[in-house]
Amino acid sequence: MTHLALLMQQLDQIFVLAAHWLLSYLPTALQPLGSAILSVTAIILVFATLFALVTWMERKGLGRMQNRYGPNRVGLWGIFQPIADGVKSLTKEDIVPFTADHAVHYMAPVLIVAASFLGYAVLPMGRNMVMVDLNAGVLFFFAVGSLMELAVFMAGWSSRSKYSLLGAMRAIAQMISYEVPLVLASIVVLMQAGSLSTVAIVNMQAVYSGIWPHWFVLTPWGFAGFVLFMIAATAESNRSPFDLPEGESEIVAGYFTEYSGFKFALFFLAEYIGMFATSGLAITLFLGGWSAPFSFLTWVPSYLWFFAKLLTLIAAFIWVRGTLPRLRMDQLMNLAWQFMLPMALLNLLTAGVWHLMPAGPLRWLVCSIMVVVPCILLGRGLKHKKKLQVRTYHFSQ
Amino acid sequence: MVGEGILKGLAETARNFFGSYVSKDRLTTVQYPEQREPQIEATRDFPFLVYDGADWQQGLRCVACQICEKECPPKCIFIEKSKDKKPDAFGKSQFYPAIFNIDISVCMSCQICVEVCPFDAIKMDVDYHQSTDDRFGGLLFNKQRLAKSNEYYNAIHPTEAAAVDAQRAEELAKLEAKAKAAAEAKAAAEATLAQKAPAQPAAGEQQ
Amino acid sequence: MSTATHPAAHFELEPRTGPGIEQLLEISMGPQHPSTHGVFRMNVVLDGERVVRLKPVFGYLHRNHEKIAESETYLGSMPYTDRLDYICPLTNNWAYALAVEKLAGIQVPERAEYLRVITGELTRLQNHACLIGFLMQDMGASGTPLMYAFRQREIILDLFEALTGARMMCNYMRFGGCRVDLPAGWLDQAKRVVADFPRFMDEYERLLVSNEILMDRTQDVGVLSKELAVSAGISGPMARASGVDYDIRKVDRYSIYDRFNFRVPLGSHGDVYDRFMVRILEMRESVGILQQAMRDIPEGPIVDPKTKIRGFRPKPGEAYGRIEAPKGELGFYLVSDGSPNPYRYRVRPPSLVNLTVLEDLCLGRNVADIVVILGSIDIVLGEVDR
Repeated sequence: MTHLALLMQQLDQIFVLAAHWLLSYLPTALQPLGSAILSVTAIILVFATLFALVTWMERKGLGRMQNRYGPNRVGLWGIFQPIADGVKSLTKEDIVPFTADHAVHYMAPVLIVAASFLGYAVLPMGRNMVMVDLNAGVLFFFAVGSLMELAVFMAGWSSRSKYSLLGAMRAIAQMISYEVPLVLASIVVLMQAGSLSTVAIVNMQAVYSGIWPHWFVLTPWGFAGFVLFMIAATAESNRSPFDLPEGESEIVAGYFTEYSGFKFALFFLAEYIGMFATSGLAITLFLGGWSAPFSFLTWVPSYLWFFAKLLTLIAAFIWVRGTLPRLRMDQLMNLAWQFMLPMALLNLLTAGVWHLMPAGPLRWLVCSIMVVVPCILLGRGLKHKKKLQVRTYHFSQ
Repeated sequence: MVGEGILKGLAETARNFFGSYVSKDRLTTVQYPEQREPQIEATRDFPFLVYDGADWQQGLRCVACQICEKECPPKCIFIEKSKDKKPDAFGKSQFYPAIFNIDISVCMSCQICVEVCPFDAIKMDVDYHQSTDDRFGGLLFNKQRLAKSNEYYNAIHPTEAAAVDAQRAEELAKLEAKAKAAAEAKAAAEATLAQKAPAQPAAGEQQ
Repeated sequence: MSTATHPAAHFELEPRTGPGIEQLLEISMGPQHPSTHGVFRMNVVLDGERVVRLKPVFGYLHRNHEKIAESETYLGSMPYTDRLDYICPLTNNWAYALAVEKLAGIQVPERAEYLRVITGELTRLQNHACLIGFLMQDMGASGTPLMYAFRQREIILDLFEALTGARMMCNYMRFGGCRVDLPAGWLDQAKRVVADFPRFMDEYERLLVSNEILMDRTQDVGVLSKELAVSAGISGPMARASGVDYDIRKVDRYSIYDRFNFRVPLGSHGDVYDRFMVRILEMRESVGILQQAMRDIPEGPIVDPKTKIRGFRPKPGEAYGRIEAPKGELGFYLVSDGSPNPYRYRVRPPSLVNLTVLEDLCLGRNVADIVVILGSIDIVLGEVDR
C-alpha cells in the first residue's frame, strides 16, 4: 500500500489503536473491564458534547428560519450558549411538590438518562468501533429503548399534578403506539441481512458496485422503511410535530411540569440522547452506518461519515420542528395505527418479493409500484374518510 | 398526494433559512443596543418644556396657565404659579411656573397637553431611557429636568419645530411692525405737537 | 354535543356526589398559561380527554375604563380607548369618535374620512396578521408563522409611528376628523407597504393553507352554527365564517365605505378553519380597499374647523356609534347631560360577546382543541374586561 493509503487507514483506526495502547498498561486480567470503562466514558463524553452542540444548532437553525439571529451574545456566534444554559439549570432551586412521591420523583430522571445511553452500546460508529458486538444487537436496542417509556410514566405519576398526569398518559400512549411501526420498519432490514447484529448489517452495506454503495435506503422497500422509521423515531423522541406530551401551549409542560433545575435538564438531555440513538440506529440499518456514499470517498475516516450522517438527520429534525404544527392526540394515534402499520406490513411483503425475484430492472419496477401505489391509495382513503378538503369560499352579494 | 402540503411548508421554511443569509428582508433583527433603528420623526415619549435662548429660567415659554394640568387625562402634571411676573419672548409680562412637576410613571404619552398648550411651551421628547431604580421620586421630573432648549427641539422634531419657529417669528414680526407703526405714529404726533408748541410762545412773546 | 344531552351536563362545577364523579378531572387553565391571550381562566371539567363542562372566568384585567370615563372629559377618554383592544387602537378611536360625532352632530371633512379608512384598514391588516400568527403558535408550530406575521406587522406599526407618533397607543382620531395630517412621504411609503403585502399573503398561504396537519386540527373543530351565531349576537369574522352575512361596513355604510369596491367573504362550515380562512380573505380585501383609498384621497382640512378641543359640551342626549372593528362590532353608547363629562359611557366589546359561546363550541372536544378554538375566536382581554 502506498504511504498515503496507509496513513489514511491508520487515521481511520486511530481511536482503536489509541484504546489498545492505553489498555496495554493494564494487566491482562483487567483489560476487558478497562476496555468497557474506556468505551463508556468515551461515549458519554462524545454524545454529551454532541447534545450541547445540537441545542446550539437548533436554536440558531430555528432562529434563521424565523428571520432572526439565534443566540449570539455568549461567545462567537453564541457557541458558549449551552454552557450558559447548563450553569443556569444547575443553579436553579430544586422544587419538589409537597404531595409528590419523592423516591419515584427522584429516580425518574436518573432512569431516563441511563436508559437513553444504553442504546449506544450496539451502534457501530466506525470500522471496528462498536462497544459490544452482540448477536442480537437490534433486539437489545429496542428493548432498552422501551425503558424510557417507563421512566416517563414514573415522572408523570409521581408528580401528583393534573397536568403531569395528562402529559404522562399521552406520552405513554404515543410511545407505545409508535413502537410498532418502528420495529416493523426495521424488520425489513433484518429480513434482507439475515442477522440481528448491527456490525453484520453495516458490513453488508459497506460494499460497492461501481460507485454506488449497497445501502438499504437505495431500494424501494428500504426507502419506504427509512421514511416510516424516521417518522416513528420523531414520535418516539417526542419531537415536533409529535410533541403533544410536552405540548407547551396546552398543558404547560406535560409530564415534566413539576421538575425544575437540573432534573429538567436531565429530561431534556435524555430526550436528545434518545433522538441521537434512534437516528444512529436508522443510519446503521438504512444508511450504511460508517460507509462512504461513493466508492471513491472511502479514504475519508469512517467515524466522520457516521457523524456527518447523524448531523444531517438532526438538521432534518430541526427543519421539521420549525415548520409543522403539532398533531392532536387522536390524529397521532390514527396516523400510527391506520396509516403506518398497514404501510409497514405492506413493506414487509415488498421486501419478501424483492428477495425472491431475480435481480434486474423488473424487480425495481414491481417493488416500487408495490410501495407507492398503496401509499397514495391509503392516504387518499383516509383523507376522504375524514372529509378534509381545501375549500373554496364564496362572497356575499 | 398525501404530505404535499407538508412538503410545501418545508420548502417555504428552507427558503427563509437560506434567504436569511442573503437578503436583509429575511433577517429583520436589529442588534440593540449596538445598532439602533433611525428615529421616526413623529415619535412621542414623554413631555418636556421648551426654553428659548441660553438661560432656561429666563427663556422658559411656559406661563403657568394650567390648561395642560386640567386637560391631562391621568392628571400627572402639577403646577404652582409664581407670585411675580417676567417678560416673555414677545415682551409681554407673564407669570411663570414656580413648580412644574410631571410624574412620568403616570404619564401615558397621549400628547393632549401639547395639543392644548396655547404657548408652544410643552412638547414631546423622544428619549425613552428613563428607567431608574429610585422608586420614590426617580420618575418625578421637576422643572429643571424638564426644561430643554429650542435647539434640542429643532434637533429631535425638525419639521414640527421649524413650523413652530416660523409661526413665532411671524407673530414677533407682526408685533414689531405694530410697535414700529405705533412708535412712528407717536413720533409723528410728537412732531406735530412740537411744531405747534414753539409757535405759541413766539406769538405770546411778540405781544 | 349539546349541553342538554350529555350525561354529566347537570353537574355543578365542584361536584361532590353523584355517579361517575371519580372519573371526571377538573383543571383550571390559566390565568397563567402560555396561550390564553392574556389573563384569562377557564375551569374545565374533563372526562379523560373530552370536555364536559367549561366555564370561562375573566375580570383579571378590569381597569374601570367606563367609570373613569365618567370623570374625564370626552377628549380625555380618547387615550383610554386605545387601551381597550390594544392590538387595534385606531379602530377603537374611530368608534368612539363616531359615537361622539353622532351625539353632538359634528360633520367630518372628506380628507379626514379617507385618512380614517386608510388607518382603519391598516389596523385590520395587522390585527389579522397577529391573529393568524398566534393561532399557529398555539397549534405548536414553534413560532415560525408567528415570526413571519410579526415581520409584516412591524412594517405597518412603523407607518403608524410616522403618522401618529406611537406604534400602538395612537390617540389619533378627534371629534370631527383626525389629529394630524400626513407627513411628507408617508403616502408613498404606505403604498409600497400595501403593494408588498400580497406577496407575504402568498407565502403564508403556501406555508399553511394546504398543510395536512393544519387541516386536520382545524376542520370540523369548534363548529358554530348559523342559528347560534345569530342568537348569541356574534359579529365579525366569526359570524361570517358561520355564514351570517353581516358586515357593518356594508350594512350601516358608515364613513365613506360605500365608495369602495370590496367583497365580504363568507364561510359555510363555521369551524376553526373557516374562521382562519375568512380572515385571510379579508386581509386581501383590505389591501384592495387601501389601494383605492390611497389613490383617491383628496386635499383639504383634516378636522371640522368648528369643533373645540377644550370646553366641549355636547347637548343632552344619547348616541350609539358602532363600526366593523377587526374583531367584530365595536360600539360605544354615550349618554350626555350637557356637562363636559359623559353621564354614562358604555363599551360593547366584540370579544366579550363572542366569548359567550365558548362552552358550546368546546363541548365534546379534546383539551388540545380548546386552545385552538379560543385562538380562533380572537379575544383580547383588554376589551373583554375593560
